[in-house]
Amino acid sequence: MTRRVMVGIFNDEQDLLRVTRAVRSQGLPILDVYAPYAVHGLDQAMGLPPSRLPWVCFALGLSGAALKVWFEYWTTAVDWPINVGGKPWDSLPAFVPITFEVMVLFAGLSTVFAFFLVSRLYPGRKAVIANKGTTNDRFALVIEEADAAFDPPQVQRLLESYGAIEVYERAEEEAA
Amino acid sequence: MAETGIARQPLIQGGKTLAQVTLDVLKPMERRPGLLWWVAFLASLSLLGLGAVTIAYQVTTGIGTWGLNNTVGWAFDITNFVFWIGIGHAGTLISAILFLFRQRWRTSVNRSAEAMTLFAVMCAGIFPVIHMGRPWMGYWVFPYPNDRGPLWMNFRSPLAWDAFAISTYFIISATFWYIGLIPDLATIRDRSAPGLRRTVFSILSLGWDGSYRTWQRYETVYTLLAGLATPLVVSVHTIVSWDFATSVIPGWHATIFPPYFVAGAIFSGMAMVLTLMIIARKAMHLEEYITHRHVDVMCKLILLTSGIVALAYGTEFFTAQYSANPYEQFVFLNRAMGPMAWSYWIMVSCNVLAPQFLWFKRVRHSLPAVFVITIFINIGMWFERFVIIVTSLHRDYLPSSWSSYSPTPIEIATLIGSFGLFFTLFLLFCRILPVIAIAEVKGVLQHGHAAPGAKAHHEEGRGQQ
Repeated sequence: MTRRVMVGIFNDEQDLLRVTRAVRSQGLPILDVYAPYAVHGLDQAMGLPPSRLPWVCFALGLSGAALKVWFEYWTTAVDWPINVGGKPWDSLPAFVPITFEVMVLFAGLSTVFAFFLVSRLYPGRKAVIANKGTTNDRFALVIEEADAAFDPPQVQRLLESYGAIEVYERAEEEAA
Repeated sequence: MAETGIARQPLIQGGKTLAQVTLDVLKPMERRPGLLWWVAFLASLSLLGLGAVTIAYQVTTGIGTWGLNNTVGWAFDITNFVFWIGIGHAGTLISAILFLFRQRWRTSVNRSAEAMTLFAVMCAGIFPVIHMGRPWMGYWVFPYPNDRGPLWMNFRSPLAWDAFAISTYFIISATFWYIGLIPDLATIRDRSAPGLRRTVFSILSLGWDGSYRTWQRYETVYTLLAGLATPLVVSVHTIVSWDFATSVIPGWHATIFPPYFVAGAIFSGMAMVLTLMIIARKAMHLEEYITHRHVDVMCKLILLTSGIVALAYGTEFFTAQYSANPYEQFVFLNRAMGPMAWSYWIMVSCNVLAPQFLWFKRVRHSLPAVFVITIFINIGMWFERFVIIVTSLHRDYLPSSWSSYSPTPIEIATLIGSFGLFFTLFLLFCRILPVIAIAEVKGVLQHGHAAPGAKAHHEEGRGQQ
């Protein structure tokens, strides 16, 4: 299924922040904004909710640590107990360093994989470039022409009034 | 626009536009390498070759080719190991800890400092693996289901902790580095003409398109990784110090070791970052990105960590005296006045005295002077590990076991080889990847410059920083 979108190209961060706020306050559906770097404050301007990735980090980090404590206990105290320097079988304080390392490993890698998954980043993915310059020096604001009430010339004027250097319409495949 | 303090001065000089940043950073990797690069690369490569040959020799012959004896069972190898791990720590400090502290100047140096971390950890890994004697059984340090029982490893051993700490550190640092690279890899992809280069960078950049929905998650992931890497880097050198501190050797058995080692690691790593940066900014014409201000800030960090290290040296003597333990007292007197005293005084002069020049602004602003001081620190920090390891061991409890240590040419060649590996990798990195985090520098470009016609938006723009 294809949809029609209107793309506004900007070359200044401040213009982009202002136009994003204006477009949003008019209730126009912003599909996405493309930028060469993380523009601070754009998430508020777009009204994006905070990412839920910290929960993945927390949950997987905790699971990694729990798994490791269990594993160390099982190997050292249950499966083949070895007396090392007369220490107790379940010498939990001595398990702390490796548990910590494994927790960091689980938390870090799982967060990164979750990020790749939710952002659909993978080797061989074809980048859908809104504008060739968005990885260099251009910012692109992409608005969906959602319904019949969408008035392209009016929106174009709105974008241009905020310093858009280029505005064009195009049809694109809807992401699955 | 009344702010004129250092915090409001531009981080990047020359009034760059976004496109210029891309161009400036990528220019060195888009043209053919110069003569200087080739000379440096071939020199490093031959040192690496020397190292490879000697490693092959000592692995096939055995570590009897080293100067170790029954009393001094750790010397050059573990010194080199701790030295390289320490070098690596500055990269994580810059990339993770300074990120959490919102030190925005880090954007110019974090990419190469992180690369330095990775390469230094690779160099560090060589030494304990050779020291195993049978490196092909190196995987025995990890628990895996084996047909010997399964007989599990001893999780109570600091050496086992070390294996986990170093591996985790390498994996997380590499991940952090790669995540930071993705937007820049996409920038290179979009600049390249169709061909092999474009294909490679398309695969590596995972189809990054600069979507802000992705950027927002990216920032979250970056912050989380920084938050994880910060305690990680502290844990790694803490665990390295436990390799010593959990033993009962006078001179090693000290509770001060973890903070002492962590501060020393950051101290030596900062010196190495500066050594590399001073060369790289000149060789790659990045003077407007790595400015005097960056050098100045790093010099101050060196001064701080030098102070911590000096305090630790003093505290060790105090603790030995206060402990009333004759063995402990002897070790420290022997360090400063015994047969290995020369190494102790090299350490003190390089790590405590040499950095004192950095109190002077004129010294901090003279690149040749800073360069020379950082070289002294690199040498001094190598000797610190040598002093801790060898002087604590060579005088045992029983005078009949007293011994001495001097490295064999094989050991020296291995150390030189590790420098060869480090510089070979670093020079390759300078050629094939952007040495400055382009996307991050673009984010701080406005810093200290008035945004054009942005009077009304000044506050909101700044409010996010």
